Amino acid sequence: MARIRLDGIAHSYAGKPESDRDYALKPLHHVWEQGQAYALLGPSGCGKTTLLNIISGLVIPSEGHLYFDDVDVTQLPTEKRNIAQVFQFPVIYDTMTVAQNLAFPLKNRRMDKALIDKRVSEIAQMLDLNRDLNRRARGLTADAKQKISLGRGLVRADVSAVLFDEPLTVIDPALKWELRSKLKSVHRALNLLMIYVTHDQIEALTFADKVVVMNDGRAVQIGTPAELFERPDHTFVGYFIGSPGMNLLPASVAGTRARVEGGEIQLGAAYPALPSGKRVQIGVRPDYAVLTTGAGLPVKVKRIADLGRKRLAYVSLGGQPLVTSVPPDMGSIGEDAKVAFDAKHTLVYADDIRVEGTAS
Amino acid sequence: MTTKPVNNYAWFFVLPVLAFVMFSSIIPAMTVVNYSVQDTLGANSFFWNGDTAFRALLNPTTEIGARFNDALFRTLAFSLTCLLIEVPLGILVALCLPRKGWAVGISLVLIALPMLIPWNVIGTIWQIFTRADIGLFGAALTGLGLPYNVTQNTISAWSTIVVIDVWHWTPLVVLLSYAGLRAIPDAYYQAARIDGASRWATFANIELPKLQKVLVIAVLLRFMQTFMIYTEPFVVTGGGPGSATTFLSIDLVKIALGQVDLGNGAAMSLVYYLITLTVCWVFYTIMTQLERRRDA
Repeated sequence: MARIRLDGIAHSYAGKPESDRDYALKPLHHVWEQGQAYALLGPSGCGKTTLLNIISGLVIPSEGHLYFDDVDVTQLPTEKRNIAQVFQFPVIYDTMTVAQNLAFPLKNRRMDKALIDKRVSEIAQMLDLNRDLNRRARGLTADAKQKISLGRGLVRADVSAVLFDEPLTVIDPALKWELRSKLKSVHRALNLLMIYVTHDQIEALTFADKVVVMNDGRAVQIGTPAELFERPDHTFVGYFIGSPGMNLLPASVAGTRARVEGGEIQLGAAYPALPSGKRVQIGVRPDYAVLTTGAGLPVKVKRIADLGRKRLAYVSLGGQPLVTSVPPDMGSIGEDAKVAFDAKHTLVYADDIRVEGTAS
Repeated sequence: MTTKPVNNYAWFFVLPVLAFVMFSSIIPAMTVVNYSVQDTLGANSFFWNGDTAFRALLNPTTEIGARFNDALFRTLAFSLTCLLIEVPLGILVALCLPRKGWAVGISLVLIALPMLIPWNVIGTIWQIFTRADIGLFGAALTGLGLPYNVTQNTISAWSTIVVIDVWHWTPLVVLLSYAGLRAIPDAYYQAARIDGASRWATFANIELPKLQKVLVIAVLLRFMQTFMIYTEPFVVTGGGPGSATTFLSIDLVKIALGQVDLGNGAAMSLVYYLITLTVCWVFYTIMTQLERRRDA
């Protein structure tokens, strides 16, 4: 059990990086607190697996230092780091039974036989594997195999952290839910630091206390699911989290008002000193841009998507496409409509970075 | 219910292969069967002999039976020796080969080189190589004071044939094992490191189980080829000294072509063939069934 600190960790697979683009992972400072569940969320190739492998020691970073508590482990090989990792595809030892598979990490560390048996049966119980303990692991289904992989990750009680590299990719959707909630309860029961890599935002948001959103080798925002949703620090987070993502409209901002496509809207804060020469956008989630019969900006409705619990309208504001929500009590919608923005949830971005407003 | 489309035209396309197999295998084999139940006193006159040749062959108290028995034992011992050396050595070399970079191509070509040499050249190369007067290998050993003489010393002759086979065919085991090792995903090695497995534990629990299928093939191929060894002892030792390296194939040629004893020769080649087939079948069945049992 430990706190893991990244001090300017960066990595480039192609030797000495010459420009920013050579980095698979750009310099990163972060502290992973003991007992927390984190998710690393980002599209494929954004550097999240690289970061995970650096923590586990499968990859040695080209720059920076990695600390477990206060010990520098940057150059330490994996087997000396006391870390567990579960991979995307189930890794099982073919010739062993389920119980032997689970016991393997403990046996390699020469733990006492009685202690191993106790620990194995605990973990098997936790993961519903106790009926198959004496079967050969090879004949089992993919999700049972992945449960064994998870079990091998969790069986060592003293690990600094358990790392998951998209562990539910091969699992059926119905079982995914079950395994994910199992993981959550295991996390609560064991009080371990867990880091979970995924490109699935639902998985990240439901599993983690804190989510690290990554893009293009950079950690774009670190926050709770609510923070990521309500206050994305970067337009990428706005677009990547939420389905559909945040609307982004080019605008000019003066004080507490923004001009968008010829119309004017009210903002929740004042932006007196917006840096000049930067591309200014306003961002608003579809949940906070609502079609209205009252005052609002005129839009042309393109189509309505009925999602069952709610309806979304795909409209255009001037020339800009926009997704808005439709109030449940709204009746027939013609081609012309009006949209109202919730001022508190209309955010301002300069060159893709969110600008903090001052109270007006 | 779906019905499979049946098209009997397919048989038509198999005919050329059937014709080829007919002339390459079935007709020659039947000729041998025909010879095995007849005897001849020369002048191309054959008469029915029934199973006499087989009875004699399988009865160690007869002259031909004793000879067959000795040669069979010698051949089995040779096969076993070669397998015991070539399979572990092949795996070991495969484990040591580089996994990536420019060295892969070079080392694979170097390893495969012995297999590319025509079989009739192999014997000649080693015949000269092992000569005590001008051969590098033979002269070096003699120079060291070792009693090395392929034509007169049984141990020299035997070990030379084994060394030739190991040199010639370990590369096959290496290439098969290397292919098998390359097919293991990286995640297995990473998981083993995470799990704190030693080098030996990684080999025993990941690499060896994953190699099992290619090793069954390697053992089968090596058994068949060593059991049928002919060229090397024929050229290098001539089956001697005495009959020390007279393996089944050498003896068979001596009986069938040297003594023109077609009846006994044919019976011997059939029994020889059946032994090879049976050993391979039993080995393969055991290996595959054993795995299926354990999985259940």
